[in-house]
Amino acid sequence: MAKFKTPLLDELETGPWPSFVADIKQESAHRDANPDNLDYQIPADTLDDLLGQLELSYKEKETHWKHGGIVGVFGYGGGVIGRYSDQPEMFPGIAAFHTMRVAQPAGKYYDTKFLRKLCDIWDLRGSGLTNMHGSTGDIVLLGTQTPQLEEIFWELTHDLNNDLGGSGSNLRTPAACLGQSRCEYACYNTQDMCYNLTEEYQDELHRPAFPYKFKFKFDGCPNGCVCSMARSDFAVIGTWKDDIKIDQEKVKAYVGGEFKPNAGSHAGRDWGPFDIQKEVVERCPSQCMKWDGNALTIDNANCVRCMHCIDTMPRALRIGDERGATILVGAKAPVVDGAQLGSVLVPFISTEEPYDEIKELINKIWDWWMEEGKNRERLGETMKRLSFQKLLDATEVPAQPCQVKHPRTNPFIFFKEDEVPGGWKRDLAAYRQRHQR
Amino acid sequence: MAFISTGYDPKKPMEGRITDIGPHKYSQYFPPVIAKNFGKWQYHEILEPGVIMHVAESGDKIYTVRVGGSRTMSITHIREICDIADKYCDGFVRWTTRNNIEFMCSDEETMKKLRDDLNSREFAGGSKKFPVGGTGACVCNMIHTQGWVHCHTPATDASGPVKAVMDVVFKEFSEMNMPAPVRLALACCINMCGAVHCSDIGLVGIHRKPPMIDHEWADQLCEIPLAVAACPTAAVRPTKVEYDGQKVNSIAIKDDRCMYCGNCYTMCPALPIADGETDGIAIMIGGKVANRITWPAFSKVVVAYIPNEPPRWPTLTKTVKHIIEVYAANARKYERVGDWANRIGWEDFFRLTGLEFSEHLIDDFRESAYYSWRQTTQFKF
Repeated sequence: MAKFKTPLLDELETGPWPSFVADIKQESAHRDANPDNLDYQIPADTLDDLLGQLELSYKEKETHWKHGGIVGVFGYGGGVIGRYSDQPEMFPGIAAFHTMRVAQPAGKYYDTKFLRKLCDIWDLRGSGLTNMHGSTGDIVLLGTQTPQLEEIFWELTHDLNNDLGGSGSNLRTPAACLGQSRCEYACYNTQDMCYNLTEEYQDELHRPAFPYKFKFKFDGCPNGCVCSMARSDFAVIGTWKDDIKIDQEKVKAYVGGEFKPNAGSHAGRDWGPFDIQKEVVERCPSQCMKWDGNALTIDNANCVRCMHCIDTMPRALRIGDERGATILVGAKAPVVDGAQLGSVLVPFISTEEPYDEIKELINKIWDWWMEEGKNRERLGETMKRLSFQKLLDATEVPAQPCQVKHPRTNPFIFFKEDEVPGGWKRDLAAYRQRHQR
Repeated sequence: MAFISTGYDPKKPMEGRITDIGPHKYSQYFPPVIAKNFGKWQYHEILEPGVIMHVAESGDKIYTVRVGGSRTMSITHIREICDIADKYCDGFVRWTTRNNIEFMCSDEETMKKLRDDLNSREFAGGSKKFPVGGTGACVCNMIHTQGWVHCHTPATDASGPVKAVMDVVFKEFSEMNMPAPVRLALACCINMCGAVHCSDIGLVGIHRKPPMIDHEWADQLCEIPLAVAACPTAAVRPTKVEYDGQKVNSIAIKDDRCMYCGNCYTMCPALPIADGETDGIAIMIGGKVANRITWPAFSKVVVAYIPNEPPRWPTLTKTVKHIIEVYAANARKYERVGDWANRIGWEDFFRLTGLEFSEHLIDDFRESAYYSWRQTTQFKF
């Protein structure tokens, strides 16, 4: 029997899309019934109180969670986010309702054994509510109390061999697309790079020492399924340098209608017969393709690897073989200085294990940012404040045209003193001999 | 309730402690076909909405059934996912970046049974537990934030408006009748944990009043200089005020400089900003992350404010649906929302959608504003 009436939330139980309200109620009923006869370590009616408070928010149109609260596990500065109700007398079951971020395997594949064990821990020691997954990529366990934090961490590490994720001013849990595990476009092993770097930088992930958060994301190709260019300070996007591989017979099969364009993605509407000239050749952003009615040719030197032709004819065109990645840095959401997309820093970098070149680059960026970055300043903002040139200096990456949309439109150039003969020390007396005051 | 100890001893926190082990290695959770054909996939085909077949060089095939998930998910629901994965998928399952769940199997017969099974399961109340779809040129599942369910700074709820929006675009999720993928996202405040700044249609919670100042608590709860430094428009300054007959250190806010971002509240709980009657949602469109055809782009604000109308946000859902319909009727094949708006021009975007263009839609934040004004005589009457 529900503890609170929730007429507003109940309206979200209808309609075809999965209802989170119905799901929370289902979990609440499970806890009431307690079929496994557990000695619940946080109140059994915690989700009743959550629904009660949420109903109040739906009525008042304001949140009822208090500001912050510092809780955690010993020795870590991240991974747990404190959360307290601002109406604890009304909703004692969620007076404390902390979040734990649990590190997810790269690409988010699981077996049911792992998931069931995780559910068992959370059944006993938490609310039974999760996010699969949080925005950054972690498994998010939503709602437990302070005395359970160490116990959950103990069970995670001892019984599940799994760690917490990041929060606060540290390396956040890195995330990757599913890469080569199930995608023919992946130019490198995104999952392995993600896993390797996550292991390498465990200290940076758990113990905040940065000016602000720092995110890695790994996209296997320029299609960007994990949105690394928009959502990570350090984006690794797979690319290639040589030629797109063409199977001319299969190109003809697309033209002849044997294969559906774009892997059948437009099947829900009649777009007419596939027109390779209009749909591929003319859409190419660098206009580097030709179709003569019999063969498709690509001027690969002029290809900018946007993926459109490959996406449209995946059975006929394949990514090149000389593969690596482009590094783009500084993306972030609008707070505080406005949104930024990642900017090209290194056009092509090796993606071979053990990823030394990439680690070296990361270490240089961090050295600079930790020295120069202000409190709560993301890398992109430090770059804007101090200049792209300063980042080039710090990382020893040469300046190159692919790093800019266009060269600067003003002549306010900071030359370095050693670039100008004689430096900044000048002879005023000699000047005055040539020029009267 | 009796406290059940795992063996952890708070007096000796380091005893037996395991730290810094990170996540599990990704490869231990690969279904056998995935493990066998890693890096050797040749092509894929979307057989029907929500069902993708990947074919490897070896000739092996894997069938993926994708279902939309609500990211706020109970363990009862996860256990049901496990039951399904055990029954059809050798005990393996994965999630996507956009909160979808993917069930994989290696033969077509199993795939069909799996798909039908998934489509048949419903929550009490009638909503689908596992709607199949979210592939190709569809309206994709929304990424979103916590909202009133679990966040302290939101200007709107997240799960609720997402449920309401996805209900009205359910057909577009389940079919592939869009010109290109339409990626929706919702962030419940401008912190954008959900990163809606590069979405085809991004919904973002906004406040519209400067924060209140709790002079009694400001100096006790906050590092005042941090609150001052947090303000992007220099509206916040330290001050001394009379409170209860005493001079106390506090904060002053220049109201006409404040654009209600709430960043000061993030740093200082004595500056509450939420206001039920005037908070709401702005709609941003035309962002993208893929490098396909055109460059990645930010979303642009096309509706400055829609009030919070729980539980179903009717004005919001109607507006989002309308934008999608106008886009679907007018864009070319492969053209994302922003590419379409750029091609026809913003004059025509507002004409076709009937959305009102107001001064609120003209950028006035820092130097980037200038670059969004139009420096040419080329425009449409």
